[in-house]
Amino acid sequence: MSAASVAVMGETEARRLAEGARDRVRFEEEALELSDQVYRVARRLVSTREEAEDLMQETYARAFRSWRQYTPGTNLRAWLLRILTNLNIDRGRRIQRTPDTQPLEEGDYFLYNRLEANGDGGASEQDRVVERLSQDDVVEALAEVPHDFRDVLVLVDIGDFSYADAAQILDVPIGTVMSRLHRARRILKQNLAEQTLGETA
Amino acid sequence: MSLCEKCEELMQPYLDRVLSDAELAEAEAHLAECGWCERRYRFEVSLRQFVRQAVDEPMPPQLKAKLAALRTPLV
Repeated sequence: MSAASVAVMGETEARRLAEGARDRVRFEEEALELSDQVYRVARRLVSTREEAEDLMQETYARAFRSWRQYTPGTNLRAWLLRILTNLNIDRGRRIQRTPDTQPLEEGDYFLYNRLEANGDGGASEQDRVVERLSQDDVVEALAEVPHDFRDVLVLVDIGDFSYADAAQILDVPIGTVMSRLHRARRILKQNLAEQTLGETA
Repeated sequence: MSLCEKCEELMQPYLDRVLSDAELAEAEAHLAECGWCERRYRFEVSLRQFVRQAVDEPMPPQLKAKLAALRTPLV
């Protein structure tokens, strides 16, 4: 932009443009600073690292284009994840919807009971039951939780979002978040029991 | 419903810190005297922590550069 055109435009207009550019740069920097945290959630919403990387790039491209829709001072990480989960759904990943009712379900103490029943029952052992789970088993058990349930579990337990934030991100009522979360944790524990103890519950 | 069944029902909301005061008092009173439930609560706490650590996968370093490249160029 030439000095002459700035003069013609007038000082007010020039200042408005400069402020807009400054706000945009600030937005972009804040969004990029959050990218590590957003990625950690994104990675568990999809199956592969490649998918997570694609989804992150689509998300940031869209966020940078529509930055004016973000209200400064609100939760930017939640705003980014709302874009990300919408894009993820748009990709048609949920061609098969998860039925809301699946044959289930064991209680919340289920996994501990199973692991304890499989151990020698010693007092020192009881405190280390969780150490019998392997990292790979956990990754696989989480990946096998159906999408609708896993989204909530990942947002709340991995992303540290409140029920209210998760409800907004996924555009579902808060009661749905709570019931899906509860089911998701039980399904995860059932999967873990199957993985670790090698039999169907 | 037995006290332990009730305690099992209160575990998730207890760990999420969303119980009402009355329910919280009920859960804590039971946990204080029931080692059976108390072990299961402790297991759940360590399980959640374990799951978080197990599934943690940091962002590939080159991705950050790709994201930064998507910024609107300054005119």
